[in-house]
Amino acid sequence: MSKTIVASSLGSLAIETRDLIVTRGHATVLKGLALKIPKGRWCAIVGPNGAGKSTLLQVLAGILPYQGEVSLLGQPLHQHAAQIRARRIAWLAQSSVQSADDLTAYDVVMLGRLPHQSWLGGQSLADHAAVEYALKLTQAWEWRARALGTLSGGEKQRVLLARLLAVQADILLMDEPLASLDPPHQADWLLLVRDLVEQGKTVVSVLHEVTLALYADDLLVMSNGQIQYAGKRDEPTLHRAIETVFENRIAIQPLGTRWVALPALS
Amino acid sequence: MKAAHTKRSLPKPRAATLLWLLSLLCVSTLLIGLSVGSTGIEPLWNFGADSIEAQIIWDIRAPRTLGALLTGALLGLAGAIAQGLFRNPLADPFLLGSASGASLGVAIMLVSFGISPLATQWFVKVGLTGAAFVGAVFAVLLTLSLAKGVQHTLRLLLAGVIVGVVLGALTSLLSLTRPDILQAMQAFMLGSTAFVSWSACSIMMIVWLTCTAAGVACSRGLDSLALGEATALSLGLPLAKLRGALIGILALATGAAVSHTGLIAFVGLAAPHLVRAIVTVRYAWLLPLASLMGALLLSLADLFARGLVAPQELPVGVLTAILGGGYLMWLMNRRSLTHE
Repeated sequence: MSKTIVASSLGSLAIETRDLIVTRGHATVLKGLALKIPKGRWCAIVGPNGAGKSTLLQVLAGILPYQGEVSLLGQPLHQHAAQIRARRIAWLAQSSVQSADDLTAYDVVMLGRLPHQSWLGGQSLADHAAVEYALKLTQAWEWRARALGTLSGGEKQRVLLARLLAVQADILLMDEPLASLDPPHQADWLLLVRDLVEQGKTVVSVLHEVTLALYADDLLVMSNGQIQYAGKRDEPTLHRAIETVFENRIAIQPLGTRWVALPALS
Repeated sequence: MKAAHTKRSLPKPRAATLLWLLSLLCVSTLLIGLSVGSTGIEPLWNFGADSIEAQIIWDIRAPRTLGALLTGALLGLAGAIAQGLFRNPLADPFLLGSASGASLGVAIMLVSFGISPLATQWFVKVGLTGAAFVGAVFAVLLTLSLAKGVQHTLRLLLAGVIVGVVLGALTSLLSLTRPDILQAMQAFMLGSTAFVSWSACSIMMIVWLTCTAAGVACSRGLDSLALGEATALSLGLPLAKLRGALIGILALATGAAVSHTGLIAFVGLAAPHLVRAIVTVRYAWLLPLASLMGALLLSLADLFARGLVAPQELPVGVLTAILGGGYLMWLMNRRSLTHE
């Protein structure tokens, strides 16, 4: 049942899973999932609520137990020491989860440097440079001295995004990164992801905004703990697969050289 | 809205300034504490010549004043660690039941060996601290298992209250079996600095230095826990070890405080909150700052407890319970207004 993305460039893979099974309580959330995500591309995961998208990202981030095989950049995930793994792959949680209200924006972003620091060692110049660069990239530098709790939802999200960037990992996993951003900052996010991919990074994002997901290089369509379809942005069969997992309540239409997903009110 | 804006634009005092200021205030209360006795306040310099009065200061006032500072420092530190570790702003050694556990540990030692809480020997003090530590660890684990984790504020607080009440009842039951030490036990359980000796001060000092250093070493873990457990894990932190170490530090600090001064409520809760109201800092700063704030709070409360009804004195635990209870009510009221 599970299908795979075949890398067009046949370059090496960023992520590969085989027979990936994850159970939570009595429920099987991921049911024998197989996928291949090529390096240096942006892959968007779409699908209805409860499809297992967030669970998949958490497995890839190394924070959930699983059965089956997962490899990062050609090396099995379980063979990675925690700190090495954390340098290679960075994960941004859904914004609703938790936030460090009593830390300044700067200190929050500095936490992204933990994988590069020794336990008792201080913060290096490189750490400070990375934090400054990340905060400026997400246009959050201005609020660096403010407590996270005093920022609005969208502002907070941009600080947390900077926290992710500060890790300087090769693979970036983002779970609904656009949820609280306004349209201009959503556009900025698209530009940011394009830059990251041009630098050779691999971006994997779970998105509910199907229209924005259709800007990605590759898409994974998930429902019911499995990958229903994997394909490139412009494939008509991909578009039909997306409409199907959303019970044909959306319709994907061309607009110029892009695609838009509209609610289907029939 | 406007008020919130002005509050944001106010320059925040730097953490280092606050550290010096709190240290200075602590030293001041220490000096005042030396001059407050059963006869009221007398300036220190009036005592110079008289050897009896010098002895009063050295043997009675000095250890208890220093003891109040150290106990407050330990409780403030334990409170800040508890709030970070459990990601719960209402966590505190008293509310988590760990103080009651420590107190039970002390009671078991006292009753089974027939020791008075007034004993001053070194080995007794070390033994009591150890028993309090074991009791505190036991109580924290019991609270956590009752609350099924730390996520749910209400569950955690209720579990802490239940553990506190049950262990408190066991402690009372134990003291009843030994009428000879009952009165001393009772005074001790109310929370008082009156029994603090030099040996107790030394132990608390060693524990405080150790726990502060260890806590600061773990402070990045506390910072990253504020982003949620999953994010902390994704950053490659050894969470299980870290949590074990932090519970150990929390229990040791609580145990050292409780075994020498009994149950003193709310200092651990209020100290970190007061620091956060003044500065926005990482845990590496928050831990020492909250510790100094706790020292200041408890030594001030102790001065009031001694001076308010002189020549009698109030148990300081009673005073902090009344003041802290009021503070907690205000805090809960404010939280429910801003979060719901």
